Amino acid sequence: MKLMINKVVQLVVVLLLVSIGTFALTSLMPGDPATAILGPDQPAEAYIELREELGLNDPVLARYFGWLGHALQGDLGNSLVTPFRSVNELVGGAFPVSFQLAAMGLIISLAISIPLAMVSARRPDGAIDRAISALTFGILAVPSFVAGLILIALVVNQLNIFPRTQWIPFTENPLDNLYHAALPAITIALAEVPTFTRVLRGDLVSTLQEDFILSARAKGMPAWRIMIFDAFRPSSYSLITVVGLALASLIGSTVIVETLFSLSGMGSLIVNASYVGNVTVVQGAVLVIAVCYVLINAVVDLLYAVIDPRIRRATT
Amino acid sequence: MPQHETRRPLAAPKTTPIPVSFEKPRKNFHVDLLLWFCILWLGAIVLAAIFAPLLPLAEAQDASKTLMEPTNQPPFTVPGHPLGTNGLGLDIFARLIYGARISLTVGVAAVAIGMAVGAMLGTSAGYLRGAWEAVIGVLTNTLLAVPALILLIALSTVLRPSVVSLTFSLALVASPGLIRLARANTLAFTQREFITVARALGAKPGRVILRELLPNVLLSMMSLSFVYISVLIVAEASLGFLGVGIRQPTPSWGNMIAEGLGGKMEQYPHLVFIPATVLFLTVFSFNLLGERMRKRWDKREVSL
Repeated sequence: MKLMINKVVQLVVVLLLVSIGTFALTSLMPGDPATAILGPDQPAEAYIELREELGLNDPVLARYFGWLGHALQGDLGNSLVTPFRSVNELVGGAFPVSFQLAAMGLIISLAISIPLAMVSARRPDGAIDRAISALTFGILAVPSFVAGLILIALVVNQLNIFPRTQWIPFTENPLDNLYHAALPAITIALAEVPTFTRVLRGDLVSTLQEDFILSARAKGMPAWRIMIFDAFRPSSYSLITVVGLALASLIGSTVIVETLFSLSGMGSLIVNASYVGNVTVVQGAVLVIAVCYVLINAVVDLLYAVIDPRIRRATT
Repeated sequence: MPQHETRRPLAAPKTTPIPVSFEKPRKNFHVDLLLWFCILWLGAIVLAAIFAPLLPLAEAQDASKTLMEPTNQPPFTVPGHPLGTNGLGLDIFARLIYGARISLTVGVAAVAIGMAVGAMLGTSAGYLRGAWEAVIGVLTNTLLAVPALILLIALSTVLRPSVVSLTFSLALVASPGLIRLARANTLAFTQREFITVARALGAKPGRVILRELLPNVLLSMMSLSFVYISVLIVAEASLGFLGVGIRQPTPSWGNMIAEGLGGKMEQYPHLVFIPATVLFLTVFSFNLLGERMRKRWDKREVSL
């Protein structure tokens, strides 16, 4: 229990520091933020108005707490460039797209890497194992934007299987939505496959040397049954750790994939805002992403205890 | 190997336990060739990047000087442009080499800074413990709370992307992992005799950290440096590709690949695939070298 409280306190401190860091972005801007955002040749009133909008005339602490107060009440301010929509609206529209892409990417990458790891672990150092390990090592060196471009060149342009750009909301037509999201999700998934496969393969190989596997074999269980029902669960702890860590790179991949496939998710929102110096949008989006990421990681931490009884005993 | 061994459906328990490792059991000539290829590739890239201004390269940046040059030429078709030209008639080979300057400088410098900072903070946190460790822990967790690419984009919103600002941004992104690694290593080293001896001889914490711990911690971090370099090169290229890293006309591998966006890739695939291949080979080489270094180092640790 004490450990739980400790964790929650740490979580709150981290989130507070993230909010300070996000807020401080404006002060990192060289020179006057208003000039940096609007560019040099605008009417003087525009600068004054923007300085008011950014609250640059108030002391720093007042500005920070004002911003944080609004953010906590769910108001992230307004976009600084046309169309001057509220950041909430922008983030609200973009978030489901990114979330779905990341979730699909994670599921697809697990669906690829778990069978690959099982096939590899069946005969360590065999021909198949070596081929798979060479393949994953190669994929590891392909950045996701290159992978995406290759997929577009091969699958979209040559084979015409998947459409390239367009996003159909899930609520409108679930099947069409999945169909359109498939290629971006595969691009995201590819980046994670090497790590997942290697980690799970390593653990499976050592689990397969345990006595209970021998007894299962002695009972005459087929190999695939042993692999899935006996060996997988005790080998999955490191995989869960790595999945938790992979969330950051998953989010990074969604940024790239959204730009590549022109989808309007959080990533393209941030990139476009960043390009024109639209700080409030960047701040709002970064804050939302960071909060989600920290909370998901906290959930992953709890998941360990559910899956691995040893940890449950150690912490309570 | 006896016949029945090969037919086993699962990795069967043998009478003598076999140590589990990713390593291949025997030296493989083929694999060594690959290693040498990677070393040669990296050597060539590094040399070309260092001596780029001295090489007889065609124009890489200034489009006003290439008005008469053919545009979008595929490789090996125009004399003087071995890898062809881009949409502005700029020489792709020259742009690759100037792009390598940026990628390598940024990647290597960021890892060097990240290692120095990470080793100092991580080692002191691991040795001094207490409040300092807690502060460092919260700071690393905070940096890790924002996914790396998002943090980089946020920073490039407010800092004008340049080689210097990118280096520091990437170093910032790399440091939390390195701090954690240094701290974990320190915790292990602190249990060892030579630290006990140093403390028994009256060494103050500063001396133990600087003279005893840091050299060991840094050595063990070295094996990861190549992997970090490759990760940061990809990050820099990603930023360039997204348009929030090094901006045109200065070439970087990322923004060169982005030149093929918007339908140009279909017409002129070489715009994308030449820089993508160079990026792939470089990242692959750093990864492979890093992997080999890690194995080498692990062996050393075992033999100690």
